[in-house]
Amino acid sequence: MKEFGILISALDGTTKTTEKISAMSSFLQKSSSEDKLWFVALLSGKRPKRPIKTTLLRQWAAEMAKLPLWLLEESYHVVGDLAETVALILPNATKSSDKSLDARMQDLQSLKELKEEEVKNYITTAWSEMNKNERFVFNKLITGGFRVGVSHKLIVKALAEHLGEEENIVSHRLMGDWSPLNTTFEKLLVEADEKENLSRPYPFYLAYPLENEPESLGEVNEWQFEYKWDGIRGQLIHRNGEIYIWSRGEELITERFPELEGLKEILPYDCVIDGEIMAFKDGKPLTFNHLQTRIGRKKISKKILTDSPVVLVAYDLLEEKGDDLRTTPMESRRIKLESVISQTKSPVLLISEKIEPRSWKEAAIIRESSREVLSEGLMLKRKTSNYKVGRRRGDWWKWKVDPMSIDAVMIYAMRGHGRRANLYSDYTFAVWKGEELVPFAKAYSGLTDKEMQAVDRFVKKNTLDRFGPVRSVKPELVFEIGFEGIAPSTRHKSGIALRFPRILRQRFDKKPDEANTLEDLNSILEAYIS
Amino acid sequence: MNNPTKLRLFCLTCMPLIEFTDKGLYCEKGGFFIDPWRPVDKAVITHAHADHSRWGMKKYLAHHLSIPVMKLRLGKINTTGMNYGECKRVNGVQLSLHPAGHILGSAQVKVEYKGEIWVISGDYKLIDDKISTPFEPVKCHTLVTESTFGLPVYKWKPQAEVFAEMNQWWRENKEKGLASVILGYSLGKAQRILCSIDSSIGNILLHGAIHNSNLALRECGLQFPKTELITKTTEKEKYRGSLIIAPPSAFGSAWMNKLKPYKVATASGWMTIRGARRRRNVDRGFILSDHADWDELNQAVKLSKAERVYVTHGYTGIFSNWLREQGYDAHPVTTEYEGELSEIGEGASREKESE
Repeated sequence: MKEFGILISALDGTTKTTEKISAMSSFLQKSSSEDKLWFVALLSGKRPKRPIKTTLLRQWAAEMAKLPLWLLEESYHVVGDLAETVALILPNATKSSDKSLDARMQDLQSLKELKEEEVKNYITTAWSEMNKNERFVFNKLITGGFRVGVSHKLIVKALAEHLGEEENIVSHRLMGDWSPLNTTFEKLLVEADEKENLSRPYPFYLAYPLENEPESLGEVNEWQFEYKWDGIRGQLIHRNGEIYIWSRGEELITERFPELEGLKEILPYDCVIDGEIMAFKDGKPLTFNHLQTRIGRKKISKKILTDSPVVLVAYDLLEEKGDDLRTTPMESRRIKLESVISQTKSPVLLISEKIEPRSWKEAAIIRESSREVLSEGLMLKRKTSNYKVGRRRGDWWKWKVDPMSIDAVMIYAMRGHGRRANLYSDYTFAVWKGEELVPFAKAYSGLTDKEMQAVDRFVKKNTLDRFGPVRSVKPELVFEIGFEGIAPSTRHKSGIALRFPRILRQRFDKKPDEANTLEDLNSILEAYIS
Repeated sequence: MNNPTKLRLFCLTCMPLIEFTDKGLYCEKGGFFIDPWRPVDKAVITHAHADHSRWGMKKYLAHHLSIPVMKLRLGKINTTGMNYGECKRVNGVQLSLHPAGHILGSAQVKVEYKGEIWVISGDYKLIDDKISTPFEPVKCHTLVTESTFGLPVYKWKPQAEVFAEMNQWWRENKEKGLASVILGYSLGKAQRILCSIDSSIGNILLHGAIHNSNLALRECGLQFPKTELITKTTEKEKYRGSLIIAPPSAFGSAWMNKLKPYKVATASGWMTIRGARRRRNVDRGFILSDHADWDELNQAVKLSKAERVYVTHGYTGIFSNWLREQGYDAHPVTTEYEGELSEIGEGASREKESE
């Protein structure tokens, strides 16, 4: 485990890509196949289920450090990371241990069969054999993912270098439903036979937001235009008569959308479709909060099926009768996609309509009104483009409409996590309802580090009350809050739920009483859903 | 321990010896303030850092080793120097200074009146940094303590280990032809690094703010290894492989830009926490502080034998709750020392540097 600990602190200690890659290469060179497999699994978020409840970890750590539990909790609020807090408060190691990462992970898996007392004994012994850094890594193995600023792309790059293989191939091999408990490093990445795993999806191709004037993209007729939909990006895989649906987060979500399962009977041949799962009724998309009722729910009730039925809006065809189409141009993939959809004739499989503006000016007008059809803007895809891996610039762009916005007063602040640990970075905003300020949104992004530090200082100097990690502050700062969607909600005091709220800027020019009112928010809501 | 009821009766019948006012800690009987943050007539100063030793006092009383730096920062001021253990009597109040181990000249202020003793510890640490006179516990009834690092996550490594890491880091950077920039307070941290780093590794260059502090500290008899001030005419070649010490405020400045290619580290107790380290965006964080860590704070409270503890700047609420659970009559107190601001570890960057 020592090598893995060194790797994690090396990754954590630098922001430079080249140094991260070299740390990973050096780990891969030194490590056993078993440890390498765990490295891939842990850093790409394929951690097996948490073997121990964190409440128990907190209790045992407090006990071992001879501290009251409340003090551990307070420390956690400041540190912003439980694994790290526990690593820091425990007394220094009394022994050391040479257990490999694989051995530790196997141990952790077998804890499920032990009695609580035995588990406690295992964990506390392990703690006493580790220095702070090793303990931190060990606690992370138990509690959650490593957020050390290593993107999937970077892991793929390091692995590709190590294996002498192309990045695209490595990326594809890592997709899908594998677990470190049921495969080996060699099987997954060296001997991998792409045909073997029927459910394996392709890596998604993602677009960057358009940064420059659209005219800079060249002739308008070189581009395919579609609406940008706000649903769940997904991949529908139909192979050997079976159907699998994957989310962009590489989760198998087939069971959550029983409406789509029936497609396996009527799709004309084996194929893989990239598209957007959307709540859709009476020929119209529904707002995102309909879809929200279906996320995270394993059992889908009849009521949900009637209230929020879904369809798949198809964007692209990635595979046809076993052939990988990703290197053929967008234009010809589109023709094949249209053919599949029209042969299927299903009310739950729609196609993302092409929009054909004759000029960039006309495209801009269509974009402006895209909210009227509940879309977020336009997607621009170069007609000659291949289907690439991951987020790339150049051939695909998203051209979103400007967010809706409202001026609100900050009333609560909470300490952040990770890079923002011990910094008041998460805020709650309110609008006026008569003399009262009603909270309606939380936002924690949109400010630069410098701006955030200034707000942090304000919070510390203007605290009215404290509740654990949260402080209520003097209602003085006004911010412009942007959001992508708005819906009525019974779960919020304001009666309103926002989609993707974020801070657009601080309104230094506005006093708190010049902020917007709940009535203003309600009129945006009415305009939006009518 | 005394009977607490008796103590409370005592408090009801007369003013406390030290009051917490909006100008600072005030001893009415003796007619002086301790580390005031608004202009007053008489100020007793625990140490020369800017948040404890401020502008505008008619008279300053401090340890004589604090005075050269105070003058450097505050210009022409009316000062009186004292030695550790020396006693001054005003109006029946006895006032004395005792080593706090924070920086050169730093002191705990002991105030005694009719057998009642208060100690205001200022900033302090218990370990010997080889520069300041080591901390000496002072017995008292009431202790006013800082709590900058008053959370059990803050526990310092032995300083020898930290300096070994620092030497190693410098050597590695030197081999790659890079400059090694360490950021630390220009008064205290910078000199501590200078006096403990292995100066045989290479050249040591200084930012102006640190060079100026050093000039004042040389007056106090402090010895440093050979260093060189970075000026407009310093050749770029000089930076390669050398160690450069600069205040935190230099980070990201045009001045730093000239030092490229470099690796940069921050030396601070805040570097304990990953988030703080990553936020500063430095290549390396060395955990080195001139403040007491959690264990030292607890030890200092214990050694003082105080019954009542007032907790200032830092995790005041949490540390006083903890002390209450340990049986002390402990209370948080709001002051204008850097506490809350430096809570996030960015306080250091706001240190005002005199060029």
